[in-house]
Amino acid sequence: MNVLGIETSCDETAAAVVVDGRHVLSNVVASQMREHARYGGVVPEVASRRHVEQINRVLQAALEDADRTLSEIDAIAVTNRPGLMGALLVGVSAAKAIAMARNLPLIGVHHIEAHLYANFLDPDPNRAKADFPAVALVVSGGHTDLFHLRAHGDYALMGRTRDDAAGEAFDKCARLMGLGYPGGPAIEAAARTGNPKAVSLPRGALPGTWEFSFSGLKTAVRRAAEADPAPSVADLAASFQEAVVEVLVAKTVAAAAFVGVNRVFLAGGVAANTRLRERMQAACDAAGLALFYPPILLCTDNAAMVAATGYFHLQAGHADRLTLNTIASESLAVIATR
Amino acid sequence: MTEQTEGKLSVFVASLEETERLATQLALLLRSGDVLCLRGGLGAGKTTFTRALVAALGSPAPVSSPTFTLVHEYPGGPFPIWHADAYRLSGPEDAPDTGLEEIFRSGRGVVILEWPEQIEAALPPDYLEIRIEDTSGDDTRAFTLTPRGPRWANLAQDWPRTC
Repeated sequence: MNVLGIETSCDETAAAVVVDGRHVLSNVVASQMREHARYGGVVPEVASRRHVEQINRVLQAALEDADRTLSEIDAIAVTNRPGLMGALLVGVSAAKAIAMARNLPLIGVHHIEAHLYANFLDPDPNRAKADFPAVALVVSGGHTDLFHLRAHGDYALMGRTRDDAAGEAFDKCARLMGLGYPGGPAIEAAARTGNPKAVSLPRGALPGTWEFSFSGLKTAVRRAAEADPAPSVADLAASFQEAVVEVLVAKTVAAAAFVGVNRVFLAGGVAANTRLRERMQAACDAAGLALFYPPILLCTDNAAMVAATGYFHLQAGHADRLTLNTIASESLAVIATR
Repeated sequence: MTEQTEGKLSVFVASLEETERLATQLALLLRSGDVLCLRGGLGAGKTTFTRALVAALGSPAPVSSPTFTLVHEYPGGPFPIWHADAYRLSGPEDAPDTGLEEIFRSGRGVVILEWPEQIEAALPPDYLEIRIEDTSGDDTRAFTLTPRGPRWANLAQDWPRTC
């Protein structure tokens, strides 16, 4: 089954064709990163205007790359929640138009659920396939969530950040260190030559909970950057990255043991961070857990993950009507109860 | 320690508990339609103060930074609480896209806005400005409350008694 996925919830206009929820035929992402870099962040008005300009071109490219025509598409999946309203509407309107014109099933997808399903895409034939149950750490600009995934569509939120998301901490601390946007790759690059033990930073571990906190770390980074003498940017970046990674790894591995699963999923833009992957892999190996993370291209926002999610929902008998709406905020825990 | 000059109120807090006490005192003054603008640099404690205020208003909702999501709504209190963040906006022309102007106009619930300087021209005439400055110690902060518009100017006359 060929599913066409569409994603416009934030700053990426993306479309993709995925076969049977696993094999990516095409994955087109038009990023607005360069445009937003001028502002040091995502600008909603710029985002929705650019989505409108890009969507038709991106859809066309996704079909061409997949060597498929619209008549060979079996279903349309689109991110309809959560996200910026103006941005979401562009993708949802396009999806509805195609579904109506071609009389195809339409599936509205939760953006965070789609990030989880990125782990099901293009499995490495030499490794075990991603499957449920698992514990998943979703780390991105807007999220730091720890989920217990019991089965397809059955998720429990174990904990989340009490303040800043991990990706937000990377972006804001990069700004404090005078590094560029997006902050994740900038800090990772700067940290390569730094000593992760050079600056003592708080861990915000919140013992006894599955929650995270990064705002105290942000304050500490600002104070360190303003100190006289200030540490080198490389040392501060490395120490900051280590503080974030250490807490993420420790909590995720402990959560897997707590709920009694032997699989761990990483998802979201921060899952592209090399240091996080290395340390999570080492900790999972030591604990006898199988770690899954998507290829870097599928960690950041894309439509292949949306198509995969739509496929599995369709298999479970869920589809939406053409009245499908956009929702600015909705916790993925809502999905667990439906 | 509190100090009042020309309608401004300065409060120094030495711990998280004192921040929570300040939030509780402020919560007693709030009514539906009020707008609070939180100013202060990265890591000053805007989200932490918001968490204390939301709890003091009686909402059990978990509070997190709305930097990427722009607006959070916290139910469960006597009125809706809107927690907004203009950090990523480039100017007042972006305000309609976030739904903030509509929330300001509706007068429904209390709005707590971080990084108001990004959308200065879109702010309503009546609001309480709360500047938070990080001082030397871990949880010590300097709060400066400045009334903007008649509603808060009136309330400010009573500050020494209420705060």
